[in-house]
Amino acid sequence: MIILNQKEQEAIHYEIQQNCLIIYISQDLDHHTVNLLREQSDRLIDAGDIRHIIFDFRENDFMDSSGIGLIMGRYKRVMFRGGKAAVTNVGKEIERIFNLSGLFQIIERYGTPEQAVAGLNAKREK
Amino acid sequence: MKLIIDSNSQNEAFARTVVAAYITRLDPTLEELADVKTAVSEAVTNSILHGYNNGEGEIEIICEIKGQDIMVEITDHGVGIPDIEKAMEPLYTTKPEWERSGMGFAFMEAFMDELEVYSEVGKGTRVKLSKHIGDRT
Ligand SMILES: Nc1ncnc2c1ncn2[C@@H]1O[C@H](COP(=O)(O)OP(=O)(O)O)[C@@H](O)[C@H]1O
Ligand SMILES: [Mg+2]
Repeated sequence: MIILNQKEQEAIHYEIQQNCLIIYISQDLDHHTVNLLREQSDRLIDAGDIRHIIFDFRENDFMDSSGIGLIMGRYKRVMFRGGKAAVTNVGKEIERIFNLSGLFQIIERYGTPEQAVAGLNAKREK
Repeated sequence: MKLIIDSNSQNEAFARTVVAAYITRLDPTLEELADVKTAVSEAVTNSILHGYNNGEGEIEIICEIKGQDIMVEITDHGVGIPDIEKAMEPLYTTKPEWERSGMGFAFMEAFMDELEVYSEVGKGTRVKLSKHIGDRT
């Protein structure tokens, strides 16, 4: 396990629903947070039967280009096993960053993590 | 305002928060604040991981207000940039193995009115960001 300090532990929650790993990001997604998140999420992706990955932004309103790198990197990781990536609860600030980086062209957007779990799996059956 | 921070990723949030606090006197919109915070975060992050290659060093942040215009200057004494024009191309990164997106300069340009980059190999890099806050009327 990666040891995080108290504040950092509280700021990132992981949840597995069906074949999806949901990452709840509730602190600024910058280079510092990305370094904490990357290793942990990859370990969870590799350990479990994870096909898709979902980033939830309900409690987050700051992200810079380091966050783009993180999302792209995790997307590539699940892509190799036929998975996809999605973002949920995207607010105005985060939306601007996504628009500017063209991320919505490869990453799906849903209202809530539950909708994403359903949506990602529904499309796969087609 | 002048701030000198150690090159440490924990200081990224501190740096952009201080600059944001400093410019609140201009009564910026939430969007303008987010713009400035993002640009500062990009420049400071670049100094930490490119300039100092995640090693030790100091980063200087100078912030000035003239009327409704803000100017933020971020300087490191790191490795410098050999080809600034190339470095500023969107998606260009020298650190793909660190999952860098190469969007840092593009974000600085998009979120600020002006971006100037001065750099010398072996000496360091200075990024100058300017933005007008509020209505132009
Ligand atoms: N302060 C700096 N010192 C040295 N090199 C830098 C600095 N800032 C930027 N660079 C160079 O410019 C490139 C592009 O920067 P940027 O657009 O922020 O993308 P990224 O940080 O994702 O690589 C970097 O990969 C690096 O080679
Ligand atoms: Mg950068």
